[in-house]
Amino acid sequence: MANLKELASRPERLIGGHRLCAGCGASILVRQVLLSIDKPMVLSNATGCLEVATTIFPYTSWAVPWMHNAFENAAATISGVETAYRHFKRQGKIDKDIVFVAFGGDGGTYDIGIQSLSGAIERGHRFLYVCYDNQAYMNTGIQRSGSTPYGAHTMTSPSGKVIPGKMQKRKDLTMIIAAHHLPYAAQVSPSHWRDLNKKVEKAISYDGPTFINALSSCNRGWRHKMEDTIEILRVAVDTCVWPLYEIEEGILRITYKPREKKPVEEWLKPQGRYKHLFTPKYEHLIGEIQKDVDQRWERLQKLEGCFVGEKDK
Amino acid sequence: MVEKLVITGNEGSALAFKQIEPDVVAAYPITPQTELMHNFARYIADGLIDTDLITVESEHSAMSACVGAASAGARVMTATSANGFALMWEILYIAASSRLPIVMAVVNRALSAPINIHCDHSDTMGGRDTGWIQFYAENTQEAYDLLITAVPIAEHPDVQLPVMVCYDGFIISHTNEVVEVLDDKTVKDFVGEYKPRINILDTDNPFTFGPLDFHDYYIEHKRQQVEGMKHAYNVIPEVFKKYEDVSGRRYEYFEKYRFDDADVVMVVLSSTAGTAKVVVDELRGEGLGVGLLKPRVFRPFPHDKLREALKDKKSIVVLDRSDSFGAFGGPLFTEIRSALYGIENPPEIIDFIYGLGGRNITKDELKTAFMKAVDIAEGAEVKNRVDYLGVRE
Amino acid sequence: MKKGWKDLPIGGIIEDAANSRNFETGSWRTFRPIFHEERCINCLLCFIYCPDSAIIVEDGKMKGINYFHCKGCGICAKECPPKANAIEMVREADYAEKES
Repeated sequence: MANLKELASRPERLIGGHRLCAGCGASILVRQVLLSIDKPMVLSNATGCLEVATTIFPYTSWAVPWMHNAFENAAATISGVETAYRHFKRQGKIDKDIVFVAFGGDGGTYDIGIQSLSGAIERGHRFLYVCYDNQAYMNTGIQRSGSTPYGAHTMTSPSGKVIPGKMQKRKDLTMIIAAHHLPYAAQVSPSHWRDLNKKVEKAISYDGPTFINALSSCNRGWRHKMEDTIEILRVAVDTCVWPLYEIEEGILRITYKPREKKPVEEWLKPQGRYKHLFTPKYEHLIGEIQKDVDQRWERLQKLEGCFVGEKDK
Repeated sequence: MVEKLVITGNEGSALAFKQIEPDVVAAYPITPQTELMHNFARYIADGLIDTDLITVESEHSAMSACVGAASAGARVMTATSANGFALMWEILYIAASSRLPIVMAVVNRALSAPINIHCDHSDTMGGRDTGWIQFYAENTQEAYDLLITAVPIAEHPDVQLPVMVCYDGFIISHTNEVVEVLDDKTVKDFVGEYKPRINILDTDNPFTFGPLDFHDYYIEHKRQQVEGMKHAYNVIPEVFKKYEDVSGRRYEYFEKYRFDDADVVMVVLSSTAGTAKVVVDELRGEGLGVGLLKPRVFRPFPHDKLREALKDKKSIVVLDRSDSFGAFGGPLFTEIRSALYGIENPPEIIDFIYGLGGRNITKDELKTAFMKAVDIAEGAEVKNRVDYLGVRE
Repeated sequence: MKKGWKDLPIGGIIEDAANSRNFETGSWRTFRPIFHEERCINCLLCFIYCPDSAIIVEDGKMKGINYFHCKGCGICAKECPPKANAIEMVREADYAEKES
């Protein structure tokens, strides 16, 4: 595990001058992931904010080989690159070790890209897929995705007079991916950089597909102050809205347990996308959201309990 | 060394794939392409070639993985049909626009709906503007030969474009024919060692692939892409000539059959041309001055060469195995008619849409088509310039 | 001068990696982070939380802010430990007035 002094001594892979919004969570996450990898790397990127804002021709913010193909195929694309790499390595035409990382947003991962990702994982390519999950299609102007939480306002699930935002619960992508029985899957938050760093290091150590789901705020879509990006992600972890855990070789471990689980209001209140929940008409939904968070958190702890002592066997 | 084999179109294509021995193939099963990949997978399983086969979960991912592997400097091939081709659509454009010399066999099959597994050209004709070079093969021999020539054409430094080699589903893909094949070394030497333009694995020289263009650069990139196709127009005959030197088989943009002294000409792609040659012979026997022209290259479309060849004919009958709904005629017809625009006393031209969804085309139907053009050549009025052949009313 | 199609690299690639270092996004700022080196404890949290790779670190020490890229989001100031409080956000207009 690297400390900040060491991370700061490594070359920056995502350079400034990109056109991501001020206070964007995606670039913080990507920097943390890439600084955690102290090896040559090749990246693939699904269509999305991260892709468009970092590569506006003729400018690019990427200091490492980077490719974008389309929206739904970052995993399939990197699987092609990785196959060519293995091919050339076997033939002795390349000798260095290269780490392959694919980035996609929640739209490109939970929704349109889930098939491509599932296929690439099942085929066993050696790559790390990082989903930067900001819980909606932000690049196209804040539309609801399979990751948008219950009750959140987006442009296609607006809070109106009769419908209070998105009325469906988000899917649990990390568990869906874990069901592929890949060597490593984890949830991270850039607010907890040390946890993130450790998980990335673990992920890339495996000779196979690995997956990291990272909560990433979008201050335009979540409607919070731009300086609050890290704070809000921290609150997501402390309310157990976004638990930090890993599933390593089948064994689930929660990597951070808040000393005191904060009430979900602390997560909802600073975000304009939940503003309608703090009105008399819709405030009962907060209880429902709390119940759901509690259930998921308890279930996760129970699951962890199943594996107690497993590692020592 | 030349060997004669009795093989199907898919077996012939698989053999071409094997002899080319690409670095990476990514493919997904679809009828009638499947046997090609069965054969190819067996070559790998038996250790006869060192290709990495990515058995993807969809054609969209097949083409996506091809783009990934090609960007990593690999020689890449794939194969598909019909709906699979349609699913690749988005990435077909990206492959061409990114100037990646991927070679693909397309076993032509009708598009849904209704779902149909048999031959027509609606799949690849729909993809004619994707930026790929398109070859249409009459038979297994041509499919085999054109696949081999496709590699140096695609990879030529001035071209750098993907090539699809199309042949008719079932009619060719599943039919045994006598085929002359080259030995492995001849093919290997002919395709040569691949020298990729870019390699994303070169971490010492990083570049960004697939950035965002706004209105200030997009059209320049498109204009540049056009240039690749223009170069291909000159490179194709050069490569065909080289192939003639090693195989003895001569390929050109189009094949002429009893053409030069014909007044009335049929223009048709792929396997139907074989039947049409028989019909030409029979009608010649009846004293009619008919002939045939079979284009092999649809993109780049040899408009000037076709105009020169067809300008003095009295009438032309085009056969299209796909429709272009709402357009005036099928894709082949509109291209040829456009090529003839502006010349003095152009030949009359009519079109028949035929054979959709694998509907068999008979000699009698081809005769009917010919006779309509013969009548027009003799002064009959053109009624129903675009018509249908072999359809129940 | 923007290049014409004859001079662009083939296939839309950008050959000059990381060239956005020459693209200014500092003009986006309405607030300017002012770094007070004497208060800094070099925890480097500003570095790991900066979305614009705009924190300058030399030999493990925070050395200042790259104002050519900094968009003034204020995350660095917010995440700077309260006991240090080494980064202060000031309105760009006020800063400009003060400087002149």
